[in-house]
Amino acid sequence: MSPLGKLKKVWAKSLLSSKINQVRWSDAETNNPPNGSANLLAARFCLNGRGFSLFTTKQSRTKQPRLLSLAPIAIVGSMLLPAKQGSGNPAIPKGMLRWKVFVGGCALLFLASFSPAIHAQTDCLSCHGDVTMQDAAGHNVGVDGNTFHSSVHGTLDCSACHASIKAYPHPDHPQAVKCVSCHAEEAAALVGSVHEHSADQPCTTCHGTAHAILPKDNPKSAVYPLNIPATCGKCHGDAAMAKQHHLANVYPQYMDSIHGYAVSQEGLLVAANCASCHGSHHVLSHTNPESPTYKTAIPATCGKCHAGIRAQYVAGVHGTALANGNLNAPSCTDCHTAHTIGQPTMAQSTPMCGSCHQAQLSTYRDTFHSQVSNLGSYVEVARCSDCHGEHEILPASDPRSPVNPANLVKTCGRCHQGANAGFVKYSPHANPHNRHISPLLYSIRLFMVLLITGVMTFFLLHSLLWLIRSLIEKAHGGSVKGEK
Amino acid sequence: MPDQTNLVGENKLPDQAAAASGKREELHPVRYFIRFTLLQRYMHAIMFTTFLGLAATGLTIRFSTNAWAQHFALAIGGFGTILFLHKFCAVILSLEFLYHVWNIAVRVVVRKEKGLLWGPDSMVPNLKDLKDILGNFRWFFGRGPKPKLERYAYWEKFDYWSVFWGMIIIGMSGYVMWFGPFFGRFLPGWALNAVQIVHGEEALLAATFIFSIHFINAHLRPDNFPMDTTIFTGTQTEAEFKERHPEEYARLMAQGRLEQKITTQPPTWLMNFSKVTGFTAVLIGILLLVLSVSAYFRE
Repeated sequence: MSPLGKLKKVWAKSLLSSKINQVRWSDAETNNPPNGSANLLAARFCLNGRGFSLFTTKQSRTKQPRLLSLAPIAIVGSMLLPAKQGSGNPAIPKGMLRWKVFVGGCALLFLASFSPAIHAQTDCLSCHGDVTMQDAAGHNVGVDGNTFHSSVHGTLDCSACHASIKAYPHPDHPQAVKCVSCHAEEAAALVGSVHEHSADQPCTTCHGTAHAILPKDNPKSAVYPLNIPATCGKCHGDAAMAKQHHLANVYPQYMDSIHGYAVSQEGLLVAANCASCHGSHHVLSHTNPESPTYKTAIPATCGKCHAGIRAQYVAGVHGTALANGNLNAPSCTDCHTAHTIGQPTMAQSTPMCGSCHQAQLSTYRDTFHSQVSNLGSYVEVARCSDCHGEHEILPASDPRSPVNPANLVKTCGRCHQGANAGFVKYSPHANPHNRHISPLLYSIRLFMVLLITGVMTFFLLHSLLWLIRSLIEKAHGGSVKGEK
Repeated sequence: MPDQTNLVGENKLPDQAAAASGKREELHPVRYFIRFTLLQRYMHAIMFTTFLGLAATGLTIRFSTNAWAQHFALAIGGFGTILFLHKFCAVILSLEFLYHVWNIAVRVVVRKEKGLLWGPDSMVPNLKDLKDILGNFRWFFGRGPKPKLERYAYWEKFDYWSVFWGMIIIGMSGYVMWFGPFFGRFLPGWALNAVQIVHGEEALLAATFIFSIHFINAHLRPDNFPMDTTIFTGTQTEAEFKERHPEEYARLMAQGRLEQKITTQPPTWLMNFSKVTGFTAVLIGILLLVLSVSAYFRE
């Protein structure tokens, strides 16, 4: 390695160790500083705690000094630059670039000597900027300055949160940071919620590492809508944690649901994430009547997005019953489930309805509709909702109901082409097992059962006796062949 | 004992049979008699294959909540396939039934065949059948001799008529379900419910009866075990004829018509084919019987 190369290497090392923490571009919108020296002058520089503002922009006047050791670098660098460097551009005479950089560096040093007072953040970072820094107990107390500066709190002094530290040297055990001092509203919401007594820091458990918290509209934020499921899933996708708190392990269920798919696969911001239904800071148990997931509140919660379905549901018998305080009436999640979001067009919809409507399920089971349904495989067949409707289920006495006698020809005719007034007199919930409800069918079924029993009993007895006699004849060796 | 020797010989290849029976065989060569015509054999073949198809698909529908039914349906393509095969077999069996009725009508009305509707060669039950039933039960309890049966035993006549009426009842109820809106125009509402009960229960009776009683009587009882191939080959040996239908044998002998019924020994391939086919049908039937009966009592 040439002496020049060696020198360059040493310089590069010194650059890293001298904690050039930040080149902050005045264009605050962009998170990634553009490359190239063209924007160099627009930057604010900080030099090891000695910061200065090149331009008195609005931001540069904030309590945010920047550190850059560009001045000495420029001076040293100008000397190291080979003389032929400038020859690439014919407009610039040889040695001109070297000279310009040298003068620039001196100018920077000059300006730096007029820099204002010490800024707290950079003071702290001069030690804590080493991301591997540990305290006596072995806890990591390093802060990645770059990450912190781009976080939502990047414009704050360290002491804004670490309020107990006023001067250096500071005590070994500073007071714990209290987010509540600024975020009183959120902290108040947390009171009474299921996470209030969380053993961990409730704020950082969800919002992420304290020095890397991003605004919630930042796609990298832990509480960005698309990231919320994974954030909640850190705990609620943990089977052991779920068992400990007597909770369903909901994360995998959610991720496989249509909501989870929309969030994880489609990146759909409007798709329901955890917070859409449970809220964020004031998460309450579904057994708490104030919770958005309490049974009577669920139609409104789901209705925030599914407004049309909600309107139908509220008008139907289930919605009316629930509104009247009948907690046995199904709300959205009783049929669709809360996290899996089942598709109740599938065969399991009949046992679902049947869990309440047991008699109707039993009589449905006797019908051809049920048999087709059981054997399935892409054959459309009438299940509960096909005749009764889904969300706006009305009693048969209601003229709007699809099972109102006046509407049966149309309803049955959706599948049975040519359905007529005679055809729809078929009773889809007849009960041939009950002599009071369907006496005629009961008699027919009874006759058939007696016929089967009679015929089978007679002939089984006939065969059994025949078998015994044949065996006796064989055992006696007697010939029964009718031959002499 | 010579009869038993012949029976053993009949189940073996001709040369083996000859070797086994030795000299006695030469003294009394096995004679074969026609029992069923070719048409009757084909009719039975079509009927039992379509019946097995109807039973396999129908019982799957009837016991659709059972895992075996759902797996079977899934394996062959779901409900659509099940129903298609059921209707397909039903149409063929219906056509066969209509042909049979037409055939009987032609033979009675046009050809004026005597003895088809009444008499010893008829399928119509008569007083002798009643006597045979009572006689058989006396024999079962050791209170009398084995009754001498005519051409068709009373249980064979029951088989025939149960199938005959079964096809009318199951067939008609099936077509009412198939063309529900059409029949709905002139049938009362309850009838549409009733046909489903009747169809299912009558078919269940037919299946359980055929897969147990018919199989036992025709194939599995000690005298016929393991397989009576008469319906496949159309022939029976003289020993079988004399044992099973002694009254008919004696009658034909007396009328001097016995020689007309003599035929040649069925070829070996036909015997083997009959056994394989018959056994396959019996095993399928017994499997369906076990599945259905266990499902029925779990309902």
